[in-house]
Amino acid sequence: MQLIKNGSFIEDQFVTVGDDEALPEGAAIVSLERWQAERETLRARNAPVGVRLKSGQEPSVIAQDLDKLAVVALEFPAYRNGRAYSYARLLRERYGFKGEVRAVGNVLRDQFQFMIRCGFDALEVADNITPEIFAECAGFFTAFYQPAADGKPTVLSLRQRLAARAQAAG
Amino acid sequence: MYRYDEFDQQIVNERVAQFRGQVARRLSGELTEDEFKPLRLMNGVYLQLHAYMLRIAIPYGTLSSRQLRMLAHLGRKYDRGYGHFTTRQNLQFNWPALKDMPDLLAELATVEMHAIQTSGNCIRNVTSDQYAGAAKNEIEDPRIVSEIIRQWSTFHPEFSFLPRKFKIAVSGTPDDRAAIRVHDIGIQIVQDAKGNIGYEVYVGGGLGRTPMIGKKLTDFVPKEDLLAYLEAVMRVYNMYGRRDNMYKSRIKILVHEIGAEEMKRQVDAEFAELKKAGTLHLPLEEVARIEAYFRPPAFEDLPNESTELNKAVLADPDFANWVKSNIAEHKVPGYAIVNISLKPIGGVPGDCTSDQMDAVADIAEKYSFDELRVTHEQNLTLAHVRKKDLHAVYEALKKHDLATANINLITDQIACPGLDYCALANARSIPIAQRISERFADIARQHEIGELKINNSGCINACGHHHVGHIGILGVDKKGVEYYQVTLGGAADEKTAIGEIVGPAFTEGEIVDAIEKIVNTYLGIRTEGERFIDTYRRVGIEPFKENLYAAH
Repeated sequence: MQLIKNGSFIEDQFVTVGDDEALPEGAAIVSLERWQAERETLRARNAPVGVRLKSGQEPSVIAQDLDKLAVVALEFPAYRNGRAYSYARLLRERYGFKGEVRAVGNVLRDQFQFMIRCGFDALEVADNITPEIFAECAGFFTAFYQPAADGKPTVLSLRQRLAARAQAAG
Repeated sequence: MYRYDEFDQQIVNERVAQFRGQVARRLSGELTEDEFKPLRLMNGVYLQLHAYMLRIAIPYGTLSSRQLRMLAHLGRKYDRGYGHFTTRQNLQFNWPALKDMPDLLAELATVEMHAIQTSGNCIRNVTSDQYAGAAKNEIEDPRIVSEIIRQWSTFHPEFSFLPRKFKIAVSGTPDDRAAIRVHDIGIQIVQDAKGNIGYEVYVGGGLGRTPMIGKKLTDFVPKEDLLAYLEAVMRVYNMYGRRDNMYKSRIKILVHEIGAEEMKRQVDAEFAELKKAGTLHLPLEEVARIEAYFRPPAFEDLPNESTELNKAVLADPDFANWVKSNIAEHKVPGYAIVNISLKPIGGVPGDCTSDQMDAVADIAEKYSFDELRVTHEQNLTLAHVRKKDLHAVYEALKKHDLATANINLITDQIACPGLDYCALANARSIPIAQRISERFADIARQHEIGELKINNSGCINACGHHHVGHIGILGVDKKGVEYYQVTLGGAADEKTAIGEIVGPAFTEGEIVDAIEKIVNTYLGIRTEGERFIDTYRRVGIEPFKENLYAAH
């Protein structure tokens, strides 16, 4: 597994810890269950903490804690299970989460661009993904119909801009 | 018709390039068939029994002559000289080679067409009324909102991996030709007391294993909020739709399990949030930009009666039959809507040769403002023909075996590809439709029987819409033998109903006789001018059952 964050292949600073493992000194990602069970201790911690949500654990359950979380990792149990696309948009657009939203699990190259559009800024990908493949897949499309979490201008806004320019030119 | 601007074209071109790369990875062996599957399924490529099949989107069923000529050309170059029009107004090619598909799609893109989202668990091609812009009681042309939905749903980043496929249909008239109540979302264009146009939204209709009629979630969504409303429905479905069992993953099951009231509550809550965010607010200038493409063509000022037409009807009885069944009333005096049957006697419903496509393109260019429609009943429609040209149009169609006078009659059947093509099917459906067509070939008898819709499906997935046929035929497999189960009383219009099973299934040898018995029962008990479906609604299933199984 490799981690791509904001387009760069980087060393993962976070350790994903199992529910019965001891917490490391540094940055850690825990399950929702562990977060809920040890919430007070984890909130008081100095090292950064992230929570990993399974499909079915929606972001509203941690909405009150987002100010304390550095990472929310959203699980794709299978490429076909697209729930986490909605979760990522809710984190960004509804709850205004500014930390890292990480895609973990079954993350296919052909889905990178959809994920980025929905607000994922970190992707945990298979080892065969090279920077060239990432660049190609993250940039398949250069025009977008829908407003999403990436704030890219939509086709509609570009049309309006063109129309305004045409009008200004008389 | 809508024309692509630079952005629409760019997105389609980028899709062709992307798919070319994916096909190259499959052909080089870098991708296994399993890994390739989700990718091809996003682009209408299915693996059938014998070969790959490609499904091309015909958004809301509208085609220009130029586009139809391109489909004819693609059929000759990459297939076996024909294509198949589907119940979702699309076109399927059954025999193209995978290595050719990127080139095929590149050619298709030159006429502003694509195969995007014609399969996969995403929002599929939006379907609509084939009489759009021509129907008398139309509140607004449904193609405007259909095109807006096409754009919004194309490569939607959040909704490309839904629990299951998702189908949206739009109707602009109170009488529903788009079967909106058996779609995941059905949109009925309505007008409020102040004259504002908006949308009534039905959610959770569908056929398949568990047929359900859509529930009305709202009476009125204002125009500028439609995309926010649709996004709210989609988000609730994406988050809460079942993913544990593919047969329980459609939105109809979610609506059924939580109830329409709860569904409405969740959608309303999400809708309120999305409205607050405001990013999906649809500016009326954009609606106007798209609406401009669907302005009425330059209709002539004509008398409503045509002496040429009246004379030809008297002189040519075959033409008279065709006028009686295939012509519908147009909103403009002196014009008519022409339905072209793709159901010749003994033929394969929906099949059309490349030569026929070229012929229809020429006729549309000459007589119907250069455009035509595909219907969900697998026929074609010329929306705006002068009444005085009807005979010439008929003669031109006849030369290409396209003048069958059977629209809405017993031989105008819907049929899925069935076991002849499909990997899912349990039984053949095309040959059954062909035998029924041959049994009732006599045109006078068909007209005597009147409106009667027979829908054939080769398996429980119901691609042939058997649940909503006045007579539905479902192929089932019993220990390796094909049997056919019959339902009665289904309908897909504004009085949508799911048909009722009449009794034990029939063998291939018995099924045509059984259909004939049902028809004869109807003829014996109908009142003056009563259609089959009306008789059924009046008397129920019992008389049909008694006659059918009396001898057994």
